[in-house]
Parts: sequence; structure tokens; C-alpha cells
Amino acid sequence: MDEWPRRMDRRTAVKLITAAAAAPAVLGACGTGATESAASRSRSGNPLAAGTPSDPNLLEPVVPWDLTLSEDELATLASLCDTIIPADDRSPAASAVGAHEFIDEWVSAPYDAMREDGVLVRGGLVWLDEESERRFGARFRELSGESRTEICDDICYAPDAAPEFQAAARFFDKVRDLTATAFYTTRVGLDDLGYVGNVPLASWDPPPEAALRHAGLKPGD
Amino acid sequence: MSARSDYDVIVVGSGAAGGMSALVLAVHGLKVLMLEAGRNYDPLVETPMFQLPSEAPLRGAGTPEKPFGFYDATVDGGWQVPGEPYASADGAGFMWWRARMLGGRTNHWGRISLRMGEYDFRPYSRDGLGFDWPLTYDDLAPYYDRTEALIGVYGSNEGLENTPSSSPDVLLPPPAPRVHELLTRKTCADQLDIPVIPAHLAILSTRQDAERWPAELFPDNPLARRVVGQSMRSRAACFWATPCGRGCSIRANFQSTTVLLPPALATGNLEVRTDAMVREVTVDSSGRATGVHYVDKTTRLDEHASASVVILAASACESVRILLNSKSGAFPQGLANGSGLVGKYLMDTVGASLGGQIPVLEGMPPHNQDGASAMHLYMPWWLYGQQAAGRLDFARGYHIEFGGGRRMPGPGVFSGLEQFTGGVYGRRFKEAARRYYGSFLYFDGRGEMIPNEDCYCEIDPERVDRWGIPTLKFHWKWSKHELNQARHMQRTFRDIIEAMGGRVMGTVHEDGADSIARPGEIIHEVGGAIMGDDPDRSVLNQYCQSWEVPNLFVTDGAGFVSNADKNPTLSIMAIAWRACDYLMDRMRGGAL
Ligand SMILES: Cc1cc2nc3c(=O)[nH]c(=O)nc-3n(C[C@H](O)[C@H](O)[C@H](O)COP(=O)(O)OP(=O)(O)OC[C@H]3O[C@@H](n4cnc5c(N)ncnc54)[C@H](O)[C@@H]3O)c2cc1C
Ligand code: SF4
Repeated sequence: MDEWPRRMDRRTAVKLITAAAAAPAVLGACGTGATESAASRSRSGNPLAAGTPSDPNLLEPVVPWDLTLSEDELATLASLCDTIIPADDRSPAASAVGAHEFIDEWVSAPYDAMREDGVLVRGGLVWLDEESERRFGARFRELSGESRTEICDDICYAPDAAPEFQAAARFFDKVRDLTATAFYTTRVGLDDLGYVGNVPLASWDPPPEAALRHAGLKPGD
Repeated sequence: MSARSDYDVIVVGSGAAGGMSALVLAVHGLKVLMLEAGRNYDPLVETPMFQLPSEAPLRGAGTPEKPFGFYDATVDGGWQVPGEPYASADGAGFMWWRARMLGGRTNHWGRISLRMGEYDFRPYSRDGLGFDWPLTYDDLAPYYDRTEALIGVYGSNEGLENTPSSSPDVLLPPPAPRVHELLTRKTCADQLDIPVIPAHLAILSTRQDAERWPAELFPDNPLARRVVGQSMRSRAACFWATPCGRGCSIRANFQSTTVLLPPALATGNLEVRTDAMVREVTVDSSGRATGVHYVDKTTRLDEHASASVVILAASACESVRILLNSKSGAFPQGLANGSGLVGKYLMDTVGASLGGQIPVLEGMPPHNQDGASAMHLYMPWWLYGQQAAGRLDFARGYHIEFGGGRRMPGPGVFSGLEQFTGGVYGRRFKEAARRYYGSFLYFDGRGEMIPNEDCYCEIDPERVDRWGIPTLKFHWKWSKHELNQARHMQRTFRDIIEAMGGRVMGTVHEDGADSIARPGEIIHEVGGAIMGDDPDRSVLNQYCQSWEVPNLFVTDGAGFVSNADKNPTLSIMAIAWRACDYLMDRMRGGAL
């Protein structure tokens, strides 16, 4: 583990919005000067992390491995991601937040579980284009929405999939999981779900009455 | 005190036990050297508070090097520490979680801080299994109060059986429960007769009273009052956002690095050496401890430090390892091991879990459910009566921790959703995600394990770590009490989920062996140097002092005689404080 490459790539340049950005509003009210100065120091990043996989710099994350999917694979993958999570009136499609790039990062990672996923995903992409050619004479990404649906309906749920589509159904399920992970962990996905946390509050209050009512509860329950 | 020694006391390890030991001794004027195997670590500048998973590699997912996710405050640790292996005997499957950083595992622990109760100190007297402690609840109660007041714990006093109350004003107010917690409480009360009460967590729900507590904790000690008061004043209250497992840069939750070490250092009486991996305790010809040998990891050279007293607080199994590796002519089986019990009676907590999907929580109006990031309510063990009447097939209790709701989505957020949707994709997937988000709950049982002969660790004759220090090998076997208890947990969770009108996710196993978590997996490993009243049948006395080497103490969980369902860390700190008071008393009397 010690001999791993340290920083091959600085793809994920991250803006620091740690305590430094969000804390002062609350801290100012408590008047803890010591903490504020600590927070401002954190802007300069972490001086101590060794940058190894077991001690990465948490404030300036990097992906220390090479990405492995080809341009061509990424293009097919992006159209599958967008078939799974398309744009609607509330949020954009999955590829708009880089779901296919995230899957590339995932399947390229140097860990057994992700390597296995990589075999499944790359194999599945070959199958998908082949199946598209067979049925419609074109690559998956060139198909109409209707044709895509025709293929995906056969593979979208393993318990119902025909025997000849079982492997493809496992592939589809994996890509759906990873696409959902990619999408719903971004700002766009959080907003789509109505996740309104991760903001500092001056006090913690009981749930709003509408929420209680929704669960069949009343204040005082 | 002795002219030969560089320090009064050496403390090995900087986590819950080491941090507490060092603070108590330093504020009383003793010269303390702390040796910590991990690197220096500063939560004030290193904690990723508000970062989103999307800013991390793999959206923050766990990897073998960061098992609990990228942002988790674990440095050079997890189930493996680079270059520091351990082994498990065939079939034992022990998992050992360690961290190599200042503050140890207190940087990322769950902050659940429950007192052991009256029964928990007398388990053998109650049911004839295991051992009684050499101290009672009443002996420890004042130290529980002090520890809670010092570190800040939210919770409430409910007066339930074997679920002790703190003294008035000691606990901080518990945060208001979230919707899913209220629903669970109502269901458990109306249909199942299971109590659901405020959890106790080491999180500042309000700021500490920095005028009152230092004065009450250290009445005749101006130095202690000054440094502890300063420390309390510099801690902010929780701002109800950001996961505690990443650490807390505003010092609102308990970490040794934000709560114990800063005031200890402010006394000027504590010196901390990080990257110092202790190999063995040295002894003189009279059998007294003289200091420790450690490897300076930055130079890879062996160093020696001497002191009048040595305290091991390296975590239960690491302290055992140091004792077993401290072999000499006078102590051929390892130090303090005349009883042959060092390494014996290891215990973890019994764990089992189950998830459920709760339809009434679907499509909840959006509102903030972050809270203290951890749980606001829990269920203490409630079937003491049934157990006493012999109606259960296991002897000891468990409590239930639960969570879920509209938390910040992380990796795998909608994995398995297809079992509810029949595999939808496209716009319907987005609609399903909005509908189901926040409707999943998870229940975790945390139960008492009874110590047995088959659970122990020893020095592995075949391996050393990268510092040349012989490593540990673990042995394990559950008894029927643990297996049956794990089965009971899962059945209870199913009952709760179904009573809420929910659907169970996963399997409720018929055989407890399939329900139970792996040994070590709950990360409450204690025992290995048990305390007692009889030097032939214990390693330490009730003050964590070695029977054989009177100036050697072990203040971490190694001394635990039983492992009540209450998570151990609060008790570790209370016991360490009590041990240090005794140590100073003996020193003043000239006995050390
Ligand atoms: C994810 C997680 C959640 C948890 N949640 C809870 C909870 O909610 N409630 C609870 O009560 N407990 C919880 N625990 C357990 C809790 O963390 C431990 O009980 C507690 O940290 C033990 O304190 P300690 O001082 O004995 O050991 P540690 O905190 O592990 O500290 C020991 C220190 O000693 C150092 N060390 C080890 N060997 C040597 C050596 N040879 N030389 C020098 N230094 C050495 C280590 O590097 C480490 O820093 C949790 C643990 C984890 C990992
Ligand atoms: S939830 Fe509160 S205590 Fe925990 S890390 Fe966030 S601010 Fe700190």
C-alpha cells in the first residue's frame, strides 16, 4: 500500500467550504475567537496528511488512479445513464452532473469490488451496443428513445428478465445504482430530493406540523 | 519523583483512556509524557465539515483503506493498519479496528455515552455467569458525573431499571426527536411496550457552563480551573449539521484531541510525542517498571523513556500486546501476567441489524432532519423481568440504536430500490427516488457478551509488524447466549418495522449465527487484563493497577470484567479518572 502513486491527477480540485465558510455566522454569535482563527487557518489546507490512500488530504481530494474507459465507452455509458436518469422539469439528466465520468472513476479504482464492477460494466457496454445493432442496426447512443426503452425494458429488473437477459439485467442494475449514486450525491440531486440539511442552524427545533401530520402524528406525540 | 526518571508518568496512547489519564494527572501538576503511535492530528484544521460526497473520490464511498468512507476521521487505520498485521485463528474471524492518529478512535467514534447500571457491575451475582466487578456502581457514579460534566453529554434521566440517572444539571438537554423517531416511539409505546427515550451522546446541545463546572470539578485547583474553563469556553455548541464521524472543527462533540488534550497541554505539564510506537515496558531488578522502549517511526530507531509510573492506554488489545511483549527473566510470560490471564476474556458487543421501508414516511414534506447527525432517541433494554423469570434463552440484555430518514444521501443511496419499484428507470425512477427517499429505517442491536475461555488473543509466533514488534493472533467462539440474543434482536426489529406498517428489507434469520455481527465488528473490544479482588484470578485491581508491578497501570478497556450493552467509552474514561485519583493518592503517600 505504501508504494501507491500519490497524485497522478488533480481532477477534483475542490473549493474549501469547511467551517471556514459556514461557521462564522454561528460562531460569531458565540464569540469564540479561538475557533474562528482555527477555521481561517483551514483555508490553507491540511498540512499534515501524508497523501497516502490511508491518510489522504481530506480538504483537497484527489483521485490517485488512472481512468480507464475509452471515449467510445464513455459515450455509450452517458446515453445509458441519461436513459436511467433523464432530464425532467425539476433537474437535468445524469450525464449533466458527470455520472458517466463517476462510473469511469469507480470501475477504474484499484479495489477488488470495483474491479469486478468494471468487468460487469465494460462487458455490459459491449452487449448493449451489440444488442442495439442486432435489433435496430445502430449503436445504443444513436437510437431513438423508443428503441432504447425497448431494450431496457427487457433488462431493467432481474427477477422478471428472460434467461437470455439475466447477465444484461445485472449490468443494468449496477449502472442504475452507480448512476443514482452519482446523481443524488451532487448539489443538483440533493435539491431534486428536497434534502435541505448540511447548513448550520442556531437552534434545533421539533419537526414542522405538516411533517408530523404526514406521518399520522400530532404535536406532543 | 524518583531522581532517575525523566517524567512522573508515561502514558501510552492518546485516545479516550490516554487523554483522560493525561489530563487528570497534568492538571494536578505531575510531569507527563504521552507516547502515541499515530501521527499528529488537528481536527480544527483537518476536518472536512460541509464537503459533499460529490467532492470526494468515489463519491466518498468506503474503500479498504478508508472503510467508513473518504471523509471519516480515521488516519492510517480501519480494519487494517498499513504494515501492522494481525491474525485470526481458523474460524475465529476477528476484526480489529484501529487508528494511528493523535486522539485515536475518539476522533471518529459514535459518541454514544451510556452509563453502566447497578446490575452491570454484579452480573455473576445475578445469574451465575461471568464475573462480578471489584467495584460497584456507587463507586463509579461520582466519576460518571465528573466525566459527563467535563466532556459534555446530552440526554435525560428517565429512572428506568438499570439505566442510571446522572446528578442534576450534569446532562445537557437532549435535542428534539425527528419524525421517524417520534413515529418509532409512538409505535413502540402503543403496540409493543418498548421504551424509547432520549439517547446520551457526547455532543454539546448547548454550550457548557464554563463558570460552574471547572469550579465544581476542581475546587481547590486553580490551574485545573483555568485550563478546563478556557477549554470549555472555546467549544461551540453543535450547529446541527455535518456528520460527527468526520470529527468536529468547532469542538462541539467529544474528541480527545479537542476536549482532553488542549487543556492538558495548556498546563505545561504534558509533553506529547507522536509517531512513537511503544514496544515494551522495561523493569528493574526489583520488578518495578522503569519506563518504555518505543520505536521512533520517523527515524526507525529504538528509544527509551523513563518514568516513575507507566500507564498503558493503547486500547485494550494493544495494551495486552505490550504486556505480552514485555518479557524478561522475572516475567517470562509477559509483564503482569503471573495469573496467566493477560489476553484472556476478550469481549466485543453482540450486534445484529435489520432495515425496513416505512410507507407512511414516503413523500414527506421536505424539512431538515440532520440534527446531531447521530440518534436523538434509543431503546434501553426492557425485558429484565422476562429474563429474571427465565423466559428468554439468553442471559443478558441489549439496547437498540436506530436511524434513517432524510439524511444526506451517500454512495449506494438507492441501491435495492428495484425491489419496491419493479425496476423502473427514466422519469419514473426520478419520481420513485423522490417518493422513497427518507422512508428507510435501520435498527441495530447492541448486546452484552458474556466473557468465555475461548475468546482471547496471544502473541503470534510467526509474525512481526513493520517496526519489528510481534503481533497478535485472536481466538473466538460465541456462546448460545450471544447467538440467541442476536436472533432475538432481529425478531424485535421485524416486530417494530411491521408494527409501523413497514416492509422488512433483508432476512430475519432462524439461526443466531447468521444474524450476529462478526467478533470485533462492533468495535467495543474490551477485556484481556481483567480487574478483580484476587491476584490469582485477575491482572489488575479495581484501580487499574497491576497486582504484580505496582507502578504499572492499564486504564483502557482491558480491565473490563464484563461488557454490558452500554457502549464502553464513557465507562473507560470514568474508570481512568478514578484510577488516576488513586494513583496520585498513592504517590503522595510515597507508595509509588
Ligand atoms: C466507528 C466507531 C464508532 C464507535 N462508536 C462508539 C460509541 O458510540 N460509543 C462508545 O462508547 N464507543 C464507541 N466506539 C469505541 C471507542 O472508539 C473506543 O471504545 C475508545 O476509543 C477506546 O479508547 P482507548 O483510549 O482505549 O483507545 P483508542 O481510542 O483506540 O486510543 C488508543 C491510542 O493508542 C495508540 N496506540 C496503540 N498502540 C500503541 C503503541 N504500541 N504505542 C503508542 N501508542 C499506541 C493508538 O494509535 C491510539 O491512538 C466506536 C469506535 C469506532 C471505531
Ligand atoms: S453534528 Fe454537531 S457535534 Fe457533530 S460534527 Fe456537526 S456540529 Fe459537530
